[in-house]
Amino acid sequence: MNRYEKRFAELKKNGKKALMPFVVLGDPDYETSSEILKEMMKHADALELGFAFSDPIADGKTIQAADVRALDSGINPDKCFELIKEIRKIDNDIPIGLLVYYNLIYANGIDNFYKKAKDAGVDGILAADAPIEEAGPLLKSAKKFGINQIFLVTPTITPERLKTILASASGFVYLVALLGVTGARKELGAETVSLIKKVRPETKLPICVGFGISEPEHVKKVCDAGADCAIVGSAVEKIIEKNLGNKEKMLSEVSDYLSKMKNATE
Amino acid sequence: MKNLGKFGEFGGVFVPETLMPALEELEAAFEKYKKDEKFNKELDSLLTEYAGRPTALTFAENLSRKFGCKIYLKREDLAHTGAHKINNALGQALLAKYMGKKRIIAETGAGQHGTAVATAGARLGLDAEIYMGTIDIERQKPNVFRMKLQGAKVNPVVTGSKTLKDAINECLRDWTGSVRETYYLLGSVLGPHEYPTMVAYFQSVIGKEAREQIMKKEGSLPKAVIACVGGGSNAIGIFKGFLDDKGVELIGVEAGGLGIESGKHAARFADPKIGKKGVLHGNLTYVLQDKFGQIYNTHSVSAGLDYSAVGPEHSMLRELGRAKYTYATDKEALDAFKLLSEEEGIIPALESAHAVAYAIKYAKECKKDDVIVVNLSGRGDKDIFHVAKEIGAEI
Ligand SMILES: Cc1ncc(COP(=O)(O)O)c(C=O)c1O
Repeated sequence: MNRYEKRFAELKKNGKKALMPFVVLGDPDYETSSEILKEMMKHADALELGFAFSDPIADGKTIQAADVRALDSGINPDKCFELIKEIRKIDNDIPIGLLVYYNLIYANGIDNFYKKAKDAGVDGILAADAPIEEAGPLLKSAKKFGINQIFLVTPTITPERLKTILASASGFVYLVALLGVTGARKELGAETVSLIKKVRPETKLPICVGFGISEPEHVKKVCDAGADCAIVGSAVEKIIEKNLGNKEKMLSEVSDYLSKMKNATE
Repeated sequence: MKNLGKFGEFGGVFVPETLMPALEELEAAFEKYKKDEKFNKELDSLLTEYAGRPTALTFAENLSRKFGCKIYLKREDLAHTGAHKINNALGQALLAKYMGKKRIIAETGAGQHGTAVATAGARLGLDAEIYMGTIDIERQKPNVFRMKLQGAKVNPVVTGSKTLKDAINECLRDWTGSVRETYYLLGSVLGPHEYPTMVAYFQSVIGKEAREQIMKKEGSLPKAVIACVGGGSNAIGIFKGFLDDKGVELIGVEAGGLGIESGKHAARFADPKIGKKGVLHGNLTYVLQDKFGQIYNTHSVSAGLDYSAVGPEHSMLRELGRAKYTYATDKEALDAFKLLSEEEGIIPALESAHAVAYAIKYAKECKKDDVIVVNLSGRGDKDIFHVAKEIGAEI
């Protein structure tokens, strides 16, 4: 059993749903990022971690700004893997997924990237700009190194695409809650619920819902609709951005916020 | 998707999942309408009655005398709105209309594509919104006003390089949120499949005309065809006419900026230290990047060539040895800008001036009867304020 299977099986046994927070590694700098991750882990059932990229086309303003801060502080994929190794030492059970743009994988050599990820203790990789049509080489390396290749399912999906994607997906299904790029939204549309209901009967994989989720009510809503997990990213990054001058406050606000969000999954 | 738009190993569809159904729809629509009689009749009429095609092939008498061979200019500067961009803008805007889309969005660097899209939008009754980096807004002011005059909304882009690369990022983000009702009218042979194929198709009219015109005037094929390469649409457009004529040298000219050693350029092919295979904006091609795969910002005096990647078909043509690529520096382009203005009474776009600059070098190696065709992709009216600033002249 891989870590995703184990974690989601445990949760299910106890009748619980999951919280999967996201941050950009190295934001705002390596040391602070390491401390933020440790706070996050107190409330997280799984982690989704971003590798900063110069041209993040799937991301809204908040995560773009996080990428810029991380890159300005000198982060690179090798340092990201170091950071992951550090937190893997603290918790050997928590599933860790990466959200990364294809060119960072390609520039490393695809096999080499997956090997480094495996060595660091990564469980899943989602390439934001590699749809199933371009994922062949990624799936091959994922299989070779025992990593789950994660795919996005979005509101524009057709039934045929959904079938094709689910046939290759493992780990979990990343269900995109809305039409658009990442970013906290005030409201979660009816479309989110109907997409969850459409995908639920098609797969046994855990369904994790992300993009736009920022309030405890959003978490409740997606869990009630049949999802297994809520992913929250931009809302965490906003707390980091707001408290750049005050690390103590940043860490305590991240912790308080995630505790509130975790409670909403209960 | 029927086809992944591969040019050898290059090209592809590297986009977030949300956009995939729209790209499938685009592929199907383009395949259908490019064979549709009514569509083609309407496009032909737009190109001839509205955009002023065919454009002339002008013998550059004074330049030819000066450099000792026969230099011809394919006059895309004479097309409506002043550049080749209109060929593609009209083709895609018409397609958008046939697809039932009401809103079109586009990126622009030099503002020529943005202007062409604003124009096509006005003519065909579509709402146009243009993304443009703030650095380009500053250096291509006349075009910004032209877009606005024609009713387009211009959205300044302040992220990253504040030039073409980031304008494309913003278009892709907009489209991800608006994909159901919006058509993304991409301006060069870039982006995910179907764009590189479709833009080349709409621009191939340049090469088709040029081949017929030179055969009529010279009775033989040229020794070389030379074009500047930003994303590569004017170059592909003219190359297409001569691809099967193996004896014709096809030469693309990239922006050498402050020189290759300086690292401040947009020469994806000329600098193997940082110009490597990679994925940007939906396709695999040559991209300026660091060893981790972070994309470098570029430098060129010309906004239209100031881009980190090159169209995937160029990467293939280069690898096959069918086309070769070189560069001209900012200074060489500015000198050519002045030279063409003085010698022939044609003010070229700064982009096109790069092709002219290399043509002059090439001409020096030619014999008296050798024929060179240079694609004069656009006119330089948009550049006069910027050039005046660069050379310290007062207007
Ligand atoms: C006049 C002119 N030539 C060339 C270019 C470069 O684009 P491409 O390489 O796609 O022809 C531009 C782009 O803005 C342009 O305005």
